[in-house]
Amino acid sequence: MSGALLQLTGVGLAFAGNRVLDEVDFAVPERGIVSLIGPNGAGKTSLFNCITGFYRPHVGAITFGGHDLRRLKPHRITAAGIARTFQNLRLFREMSVPENVMSGMHCRTHAGAFGAIFRPPRQRAEEAEIRATAAECLRFVDIAGDWNRVATTLPYGHQRRVEIARALATRPRLLLLDEPAAGLHGGEKQELIALINRIRDERGIAVLLIEHDTGLVMKVSERISVLDHGVMIAEGTAKEIQANPRVIEAYLGQEDAGADLEL
Amino acid sequence: MSLLDILAHQLLNGLVLGSFYALVALGYTMIFGVIKLLNFAHGDLYMVGGFIGFIVLSAISSVVGGGWFGIFIAMLLSMLAVGFLGVVIERIAYHPMLSAPRLSILITALAVSLVLQNTALALTNGQYTAFRSDLGFGGITLGGLFITYNQMVLVAAAAVLMIALEFFVTHTQYGRAMRAVAVDADMCELLGINVAAVIGVTFFIGSALAAAAGTMAGAYYGSLWYFMGFLIGLKAFTAAVIGGIGSIPGAMLGGLVLGLLEALGTQIPGIGSEWKDVFSFAVLILVLVFKPTGLLGRSEQERM
Amino acid sequence: MATDDRPGAGTTPALARLAGPLAALADNAAARRAGIVALLALMVVAPFVFGEYATVILTNALLYVVLALGLNVVVGYAGLLDLGYAAFFAVGAYTVGILTLRVGVNFWLTLPVAVCTAALAGVIIGGPTLRLRSDYLAIVTLGFGEIVRISARNMSITGMASGLSGIHQPWLFGWHIATPRDFYYLFCVLAILAVAVSVRLADSRLGRAWLYVRYDEDAAEAMGIDRVRVKLAAYVTGAIFGALGGVFFAVNLGAISPESFSFTQSVLILMAVILGGMGKIPGVILGAMIVILGPELLRSLGELRLLVFAVGLLLIMLFRPSGIWPGRGRQQ
Repeated sequence: MSGALLQLTGVGLAFAGNRVLDEVDFAVPERGIVSLIGPNGAGKTSLFNCITGFYRPHVGAITFGGHDLRRLKPHRITAAGIARTFQNLRLFREMSVPENVMSGMHCRTHAGAFGAIFRPPRQRAEEAEIRATAAECLRFVDIAGDWNRVATTLPYGHQRRVEIARALATRPRLLLLDEPAAGLHGGEKQELIALINRIRDERGIAVLLIEHDTGLVMKVSERISVLDHGVMIAEGTAKEIQANPRVIEAYLGQEDAGADLEL
Repeated sequence: MSLLDILAHQLLNGLVLGSFYALVALGYTMIFGVIKLLNFAHGDLYMVGGFIGFIVLSAISSVVGGGWFGIFIAMLLSMLAVGFLGVVIERIAYHPMLSAPRLSILITALAVSLVLQNTALALTNGQYTAFRSDLGFGGITLGGLFITYNQMVLVAAAAVLMIALEFFVTHTQYGRAMRAVAVDADMCELLGINVAAVIGVTFFIGSALAAAAGTMAGAYYGSLWYFMGFLIGLKAFTAAVIGGIGSIPGAMLGGLVLGLLEALGTQIPGIGSEWKDVFSFAVLILVLVFKPTGLLGRSEQERM
Repeated sequence: MATDDRPGAGTTPALARLAGPLAALADNAAARRAGIVALLALMVVAPFVFGEYATVILTNALLYVVLALGLNVVVGYAGLLDLGYAAFFAVGAYTVGILTLRVGVNFWLTLPVAVCTAALAGVIIGGPTLRLRSDYLAIVTLGFGEIVRISARNMSITGMASGLSGIHQPWLFGWHIATPRDFYYLFCVLAILAVAVSVRLADSRLGRAWLYVRYDEDAAEAMGIDRVRVKLAAYVTGAIFGALGGVFFAVNLGAISPESFSFTQSVLILMAVILGGMGKIPGVILGAMIVILGPELLRSLGELRLLVFAVGLLLIMLFRPSGIWPGRGRQQ
């Protein structure tokens, strides 16, 4: 575990006395594809938010490539090499598809007001690089034709892919996908699986996903971790997880309690 | 006058001033609580309240006299009228904007403030209006300190209004609903609470309190001006922030603290009364920088 | 330059959806270019056509174009409500007044000082407050505006309530900028520079970052954007525009007093930004023209003129929050 790209050790988080995460140990290896599953309200997105700096865990350590992440603000963590997508699409309204993706290049570039106004060669080169990267990321996720459209007017599945392109434009070493398959139909899910594999194979980026579609999770993940009530109850390959009695129990309990747990 | 007397005198001034700030700050904080809006027009409702109170008093003073009883009647009617004005403003200007970006609703609030201000400007030609009343200058002497009856009545009236509000908020159904909406409006909607009605009641009460302060201040200081709501709006916001925005006891406390700070601050050598406002804005900025949750405010929910 | 190939720049789909004649004009690059040329030509000949009185009014309108474009960076691009913008205008004006009258510094040397002072003031006010809820900035800037005005009223170095007068008209390479027509052309140049800078800022890494932060702070932060720093850049950029406006305002009038920098002044500049359409450069220019030329045309209204603007502002916010200029712009 010590050679992991991302390592969480004993992470705990509580809101107003309610324990959301409890002594969570968790790791993502370099170039790995790892899924985080668990019933609704298990604390999966909270864990994402701890990793990306939106929440500050109360105890425990989070390291990325050996560096401590805990005191860093979200934009610093992105600059350190962790990119994310959101459970509910969070594209920038009113902005075109490439403009959305260009936001990812912000942390890799430097031009400020002076560069914007006087446009020295350095700034021009940088601007060209931003545009080229955006275009390249869009091609990578297979968005080609819809360029000058306002991003939020694209079909839902395309918006999901634009979000992934935007995250890729930050040049991450680890990509966090929060329910990337939500709202996608069968064919699109197959494309998503292929895309996740290409992200890892062609770009060498590790992928950590939260997903409810167990079929997709079993197909795409190398390792799966199961979170229930803020506690990590199981970790292993798809086969191991499917046979784990504690996991089965957690999911059955979920069905008993009804699907409306997450309000 | 001994130094102690000066100090006591300034404390008294601070208490009177603080009562006005607190009454206006309450509306600020309540409205912020339910719709998370900084209602820029709130200070102007204080101004409108002062003018309506004056008009009512002018009309009825021949019957009830221009003393505190007449002012009390004028204040009640002014509270009623401005309370309804507050509800109308919310319905027309803010309600359609609740789901719009924050910037839009803030600018809308500013526009409402400007409409109220400039309507008063047009009606008064920008002149000061003398608030004629028959308040005496009697009082009692406590040690070296002379306290006028007016000051006593005023502080007592403010205290009664605040106690009534506290009772309303903690002991009535609407009051409890108001606190619930302040915590989570969406959840309240799901639970069947009529959020729109709660918002309406909040605007009514908040605006009425501002009108009460406006009428009393007009009578106490003896004049009205179309721009008088601007400064007190800013001060009341400062008071609300000092106390912790969204907190009702905080607004009361913040009002008194600011009133006292101003009264005492202007006694510091080198800070004359012309620097009074600079002093309180500096307090505002310092509080926001070092203790943005104020004295009694809860820390903001963790972001996500 | 380099604005037409910007993805989604002048030709946003949102813009194309509106079919008004103005929209068609704004949408068509050739027509737009022709419009700009016509406008520039009009600017050059205006003093000869309209006479001296109109020249003075137009000069004032051009000053407002500069100020409104500066505030537009803060409000229109970064989405921050600044209610004390006149404070920066005052910083510029008083810097010139104090340095040229009391220290005897050459006018042109006061420019960098004014810019630095305004930037410093922007960092001091914006730095701490921009970390908080963005609504707080509105009220803090309101307080800051009053602090600056009251300070100017009460300090001897700023000439107390009567202000400073006798500020000398500047020389520029042997050209003594003295007559209303001279100042008109000086302000033409300033306004054109302000437009050029605005266009370039909008079409840049920083300009896009302002929009990202404005539309979705969390998503922007997740993309690696330091929201506080980006907002501060907008606030300080606006401050510098305001200070430069103030510098030239001071030499144009030759005299300044605290009441030129009141809350009403801040509100008028804000109205210019919002009426025309925040975030849209032609809209902001139109707004500045309305705010200055409107009262001239509506002189008979007297005290009612601000009320008319206030009601206009309210109606715009309720029914057309993107402003008069066609197209939704990019603010909703």
